[in-house]
Amino acid sequence: MMQTDPAPVHAPSDYWRWYLRGVVASASVPGLILTSAFIGFGGLAREAGLTLLQAVLMTGMIWALPAKVVLLGAIMTGASLPAAAFAVALSSVRLAPMVVALVPEMRTEKTRPWVLYLLSHFVAVTSWVLAMEKLRHVPRDMRTAYYGGLGGTLVLVNMIVVAVVYGIAGSLPPGISAGLLLLTPIYFLTSLWGSSRESASHFAMLFGLVLGPVMHVIAPGLDLLIAGALGGGAAFLIHLHRRGRARA
Amino acid sequence: MTFDAIDTWWWPYLFILLAGWLATDMWRFLGVYLGGRVSEKSEALVLVRALATALVAAVIGNLIVFPSGALADVPLWVRIFSAVVGFAAFLAIRKSILAGIVAAEAVLLTAIYLFGQMG
Repeated sequence: MMQTDPAPVHAPSDYWRWYLRGVVASASVPGLILTSAFIGFGGLAREAGLTLLQAVLMTGMIWALPAKVVLLGAIMTGASLPAAAFAVALSSVRLAPMVVALVPEMRTEKTRPWVLYLLSHFVAVTSWVLAMEKLRHVPRDMRTAYYGGLGGTLVLVNMIVVAVVYGIAGSLPPGISAGLLLLTPIYFLTSLWGSSRESASHFAMLFGLVLGPVMHVIAPGLDLLIAGALGGGAAFLIHLHRRGRARA
Repeated sequence: MTFDAIDTWWWPYLFILLAGWLATDMWRFLGVYLGGRVSEKSEALVLVRALATALVAAVIGNLIVFPSGALADVPLWVRIFSAVVGFAAFLAIRKSILAGIVAAEAVLLTAIYLFGQMG
């Protein structure tokens, strides 16, 4: 048992080996599906009027796909900087509890805080799901190296994917181009439903789907925030009401 | 203060940095800081998840109803029908995201081919 070793001393090559195993682990079915979503994002970013550099930087700096799609949506509807930032922040709150759940898996007494802050940037749904599944099979003091390989590779590969798709998106036949632009909404339609833990999120999704386009007509620029607040708030009230009845 | 409000090379990057990177990574950093002090099952987190889900769903709705580029040339009913079939396939085939994507794309491309709506 790895954990029972009194004070394991590791050569740098051990860290490299586990880093590389993390790199290899990124080639997986969830990783492949994520890449198809980034293919869609590359096409979407071009249609939104972003430059190649902006699209690639956005991929590396934000990484979480919902936040990127929300920011793109905000840019397209002409939202102001504060409104866009608020909408993106609201769509990213869920990252905090995910990181909270992941950190205890990776931390040892010797782990330096900056390593954890750096690695937390790689947290988004796919890398988190893969990490929660695989980290337990990795020796504890090798887990940060492993996640660095896994998360870092997913980010880097998809930055390249976005750049390549952006480059060729302009020369695709219209039918393929239309299919490319449908990838992102379908990816989220399915993955959002699949990752919801409670019925409140399912109601929120249905409300948001309808309220988004309705508010887009009524209040362009603030449509996302209003649809999110109304739809999410209503779903939460239903959740409270049902829980209250279940208890009574 | 919109994305193309100020005509300089750096404004879009500042916009992405503040509205994108800062608005996202502050939650990740908060997560590291809080460590194990927040319960994933708390009611406040249910509300937060509901708000975030509705917000992302609103973007999805807009991407289907008010798309840009070549997808805008496809009639609305074809877009909605493709999405509905994709979602149904996802539910029917062991909640497979891949099945949903393949089914939706198949419907869309078939409709474009049959009706020649793309000219």
